[in-house]
Amino acid sequence: MKLRDVLFPAVAVLAAFLVGALFVAAIGDSPIETYRLLIGSAFSWPDGVGYTLFLATPLIFTGLAVAVAFRAGLLNIGAEGQLYMSAFAAAWCGITFARLPAVLLVPACMACAIGAGAMWAAIPGLLKARFGSHEVINTIMMNFIAVALCGYFTQYHYRTPGDPIMETAAVGANASLPRVGDFIPGVPSRIPLNFAFVLAMVACGLVYVLLWRTKWGYELRATGANPFAAQYGGISTGRQIVIAMAISGGLAGGVGINEVLGYRHRYYDGFSDNYGFTGIAVALLGRNHPVGVFFAAILFAVLSRGGIAVDAFTVHVTRDIVQILQATIILFVAAEAVFRGPFRKLGLLK
Amino acid sequence: MNELFTIELFWSSVRLSTPLLLAALGGLFSERSGVVNIALEGLMLAGAFTAAAVTWAAGNPWIGLAAAALAGMLVALIHAVACIRYKADQVVTGTAINILMLGIPGFLSGALFLSSGSTPQIAREHLIPWTPIVLAFLAVPITQYVLFHTPFGLRLRAVGENPEAADAAGINVATMRYAGVLLSGILSGVGGAYLSIGQASLFTRNMTSGRGFIALAALIFGKWRPVQTMAACLFFGLTEALTIQMQGVVKLPSGDDIPVQFIQIVPYVLTIVVLAGFIGHSRAPRALGVPYRKEN
Repeated sequence: MKLRDVLFPAVAVLAAFLVGALFVAAIGDSPIETYRLLIGSAFSWPDGVGYTLFLATPLIFTGLAVAVAFRAGLLNIGAEGQLYMSAFAAAWCGITFARLPAVLLVPACMACAIGAGAMWAAIPGLLKARFGSHEVINTIMMNFIAVALCGYFTQYHYRTPGDPIMETAAVGANASLPRVGDFIPGVPSRIPLNFAFVLAMVACGLVYVLLWRTKWGYELRATGANPFAAQYGGISTGRQIVIAMAISGGLAGGVGINEVLGYRHRYYDGFSDNYGFTGIAVALLGRNHPVGVFFAAILFAVLSRGGIAVDAFTVHVTRDIVQILQATIILFVAAEAVFRGPFRKLGLLK
Repeated sequence: MNELFTIELFWSSVRLSTPLLLAALGGLFSERSGVVNIALEGLMLAGAFTAAAVTWAAGNPWIGLAAAALAGMLVALIHAVACIRYKADQVVTGTAINILMLGIPGFLSGALFLSSGSTPQIAREHLIPWTPIVLAFLAVPITQYVLFHTPFGLRLRAVGENPEAADAAGINVATMRYAGVLLSGILSGVGGAYLSIGQASLFTRNMTSGRGFIALAALIFGKWRPVQTMAACLFFGLTEALTIQMQGVVKLPSGDDIPVQFIQIVPYVLTIVVLAGFIGHSRAPRALGVPYRKEN
């Protein structure tokens, strides 16, 4: 690992917090008090830690999704749509095969979630490989189509009659992942942190092995680094694009597992708190590396959890400060050239 | 079926296509200069919030409209500086701006109006339901003229197609791109203003609800050309008008409503189909999305 891989993200986060402090001070609240609430509320046991890691789970999945695609030279703006499709697919499986025993039903629901995400992402991959149409536009369009499709099936086919909420019926009782309270005595079962968090960590390891320890991962990174050279070197770049998108979407599908099997046990319309887009921030800040993605996801989860405390305990500041911080972090990471001059002067960069 | 296709449906389509058209024409200036602008959504939100807040405070919609254009321009300036000066990835920066503009209006209304994301109601006599529509459709021939019949338009297109050649011909690539992006901010800001002080009478959280992305779709569907883009916006406005008017009017033989979702997705599906080249080919400006690095 090089110095710059830690330096640039760290400075971007610090700079964003400075900008955020200006915002808070401008409306007359105390930046120090706001940040104390924002960061401090994540560390209480068990609620703070439990909820923060629960909130980190979807962000790890979407961060990995964006990172894998990025390594192949693709921008997957569509994790949002992919995770909606995956959550709906998991719920569909859990409702349709509700009577299966847990050993069969849980893996089946997971396979549906991952498969649906992979399929939804593979479509823009195919369109890019076959027709050269840009994946950014197509994944944006696919987001809206996914939300509309899931909404349609929920509203017209899978809602419990009379339910005023846009949500499907509950999945079978066996379609459930154990929660942290089942492992650690004394932790109340309301805390939704569940086995999907372990899956997210496993996914980090798998992505690392896949990208840096296999021939196929090498080909994928070669495609991302220089598609023309890769093609010349005998790699089918079109195939790499489709596979990379499918894997990316499959990773985004982990969100569906966390949401349906671990948390709500049904598909709930509009459940995603912009996880797909936050995943872009997570991947960027984590420099598209699984270790970086993990820590970046934790950071954003801390902020997200703290937003609730900020809403409750400050005079003027609302949880919108979290989105301002997120956006500013992305801007500073994306435009890292801002810092290059000062760093050179300080002798930190050649 | 006949009661559906009325003059009211036509006007409804025109009204609903107005914010799309303003943002899409904005996007056209930006993308013709070579800068991808998926931040249209955020720029519209900036305009919508500012228009409502300033109109309420000043009691004058024209000040609100001007402030919205200015706000759109200032937010676009962030995009421009990051992408042009610091060569940031344009899609990533655009995404950041969209997230930023989900946050800032809520943040400011929490502080200014002690609300959770909306501005106070604006008096009816302070709304401008017609002017933005006229502005939007006037902007089409103006854009067409500026783009294809003025030196400015020629230069703008040149830096979007072939910045090296444009640079060699003495055109300042960065200046032209700043102009393109800032224009997109102004137009999108006005488009957003129409939502809050034209159609509605206040700003509500995320009130654009994806219109910036539909505008982007219309721009691609319209092949980065003003008149075709207008046609695309009118068509997408019509689909939205239909989803509103069909509810409770048109029924399936089974007696159920036609699911609105199927009409809602039409613009998105069409954009994918057009991009893939099934209905004519939609070709982006050649240097779109590529930061320009001047060779020494």
